[in-house]
Amino acid sequence: MPETPEHTITREEVAHLATLARIDLTDAELDHLAPQLSVILESIASIQGVAGDDVPPTSHALPLTNVYRDDVERPGLTAEEALSGAPEVEQQRFRVPRILGDEQ
Amino acid sequence: MSPERRTAAALADALAAGEATSVEVTQAHLDRIDEVDGALHAFLHVDAEGALRDAAASDARRAAGESWGPLDGIPIAVKDVMATRGLPTTCGSRILAGWVPPYDATVVARLRAGGLPIVGKTNMDEFAMGSSTEHSAWGPTHNPWDLARIPGGSGGGSAAAVASYEAPLAIGTDTGGSIRQPGAVTGTVGVKPTYGGVSRYGLVALANSLDQAGPVTRTVLDAALLHEVIGGHDPLDSTSIEQPLPALVEAARRGADGDLTGVRVGVVKELGGEGYQAGVLARFEESVELMTKAGAEVVEVSCPSFVHALATYYLILPAEASSNLARFDAMRYGLRVTPDVAENGAGPSAEDVMRATREAGFGDEVKRRIILGTYALSSGYYDAYYGQAQKVRTLVTRDFAAAFGHADVLVSPTAPTTAFKIGEKVDDPLAMYLNDLATIPANLSGVPGISIPSGLADEDGLPAGVQILAPAMADDRVYRVGAALESLLAAEWGGALLDQAPPLVEEGGLRRSRDHGGEG
Repeated sequence: MPETPEHTITREEVAHLATLARIDLTDAELDHLAPQLSVILESIASIQGVAGDDVPPTSHALPLTNVYRDDVERPGLTAEEALSGAPEVEQQRFRVPRILGDEQ
Repeated sequence: MSPERRTAAALADALAAGEATSVEVTQAHLDRIDEVDGALHAFLHVDAEGALRDAAASDARRAAGESWGPLDGIPIAVKDVMATRGLPTTCGSRILAGWVPPYDATVVARLRAGGLPIVGKTNMDEFAMGSSTEHSAWGPTHNPWDLARIPGGSGGGSAAAVASYEAPLAIGTDTGGSIRQPGAVTGTVGVKPTYGGVSRYGLVALANSLDQAGPVTRTVLDAALLHEVIGGHDPLDSTSIEQPLPALVEAARRGADGDLTGVRVGVVKELGGEGYQAGVLARFEESVELMTKAGAEVVEVSCPSFVHALATYYLILPAEASSNLARFDAMRYGLRVTPDVAENGAGPSAEDVMRATREAGFGDEVKRRIILGTYALSSGYYDAYYGQAQKVRTLVTRDFAAAFGHADVLVSPTAPTTAFKIGEKVDDPLAMYLNDLATIPANLSGVPGISIPSGLADEDGLPAGVQILAPAMADDRVYRVGAALESLLAAEWGGALLDQAPPLVEEGGLRRSRDHGGEG
């Protein structure tokens, strides 16, 4: 059994997780969410130790082997359709903000 | 009887007999939406023009002696989590405000191929996260039984739409109970098919190993008719089951005679008792008695790991959701918020834009679950939480297997309580999560389940539901037993439970809510 994690999430941890999840959170949101997440975590932590090492994990409800299709052409979206919901378009491409910092 | 009061099966017969046209039937439902949806807010988008066009095409087919199937010409409402080509699809979220998909979900394509006019898209908790529809970015849906109360969730819009006769049929999706629990609290019927029995292609993923689309209706037979239209193998969904559906309509028709001789019904010990409202339990026990009288052999079964199902679900779901919702990155579709930051005059980066967009575009519950999921998947915690949850999922499945060794179907109350008041639990996530206590095990294991109305709770006169579960791929059993119990209860009540609902429209306009006047 690995060491048991603490069942609380600190405000700093929530801020770090939000960064990993690419969500800006305001100070007010951090104050509000951190205690709520600790309460949830405390209640779900009860499952630790319920299943022993001999129990295999289930990742999907029904066991299926990989599914392949024939390698044949089939129609897809047109460029116009694919771009129809884009926030910004330029020369039939998705226009995105800069992806590199100055140092790169 | 006015068209909107009739079942889909009765409407289909009327269309076939030439006693009504699809245009008349569809227009009657659109008129009803006009009349009552201001008070209910079941719909996020109504497509009167498209629905009437498809209805006219159905009538033209019928006049030419052609039919696209048993529900050709019957109008339907679709939960806003299903991609609909040419119709807005927001999943109840600001991040998808105004998004019009360039393709149809397979379920939607099958509705169109079956000739069903789509009247509109129904309200839901944001990305299907919730049990009350209060987490919709566009405001809550109101329960037709009492406008001050929730209609369940996440598919509260679909359930309220069929309960209030705005549509005879609707599509829902059920990840932890989002079809069955709204059915229970609105006095309607909802079916979660076997996982993989209905295609997930074009269903915006919440937790892809749990999500399953299914019928939302007022009768068991209507659900079976709709299930046969939308179900079956789809090569576009790699988790779709490559086997034909069982004969569902036949099972529902057979069950309607109310005879349950030889059927073994298992009452799940762990899904009842503490935490369940007395009136909900009373109606459940009466349903079990009726099944016994109808010849069923009732036994008690124990599924000890079900007590861990809720915790397991709230690890697996956020983990999958945090990964699935990463696609909302402000780059290819949906909202883009450009923050007012400048690094050396270079303007905001893609990451700045992502963070600002997701902050502005997601609501509280979505943020809670994404952060929880990110935590559960973090290195150091993965084995203790997510890995453990996946193992408990195996235990839940083993419990089902053992229970189905003693019983053909399992039964329990669908939801622990009747509809609560809007606002009561919206900022208390744990209290909200408890609504799905009885429905979650079926999602963890992938087995099918139906909720049908069991009566009105004594405390508050609001609807309660009974849930019937069957082994994977035995969806026909939930229809047979569901239809039998439905007919036994209708005989007791002298009609459908919804006949007892207070009218939404009275002289002098819309009914006001019971507790405080004029919500919405």
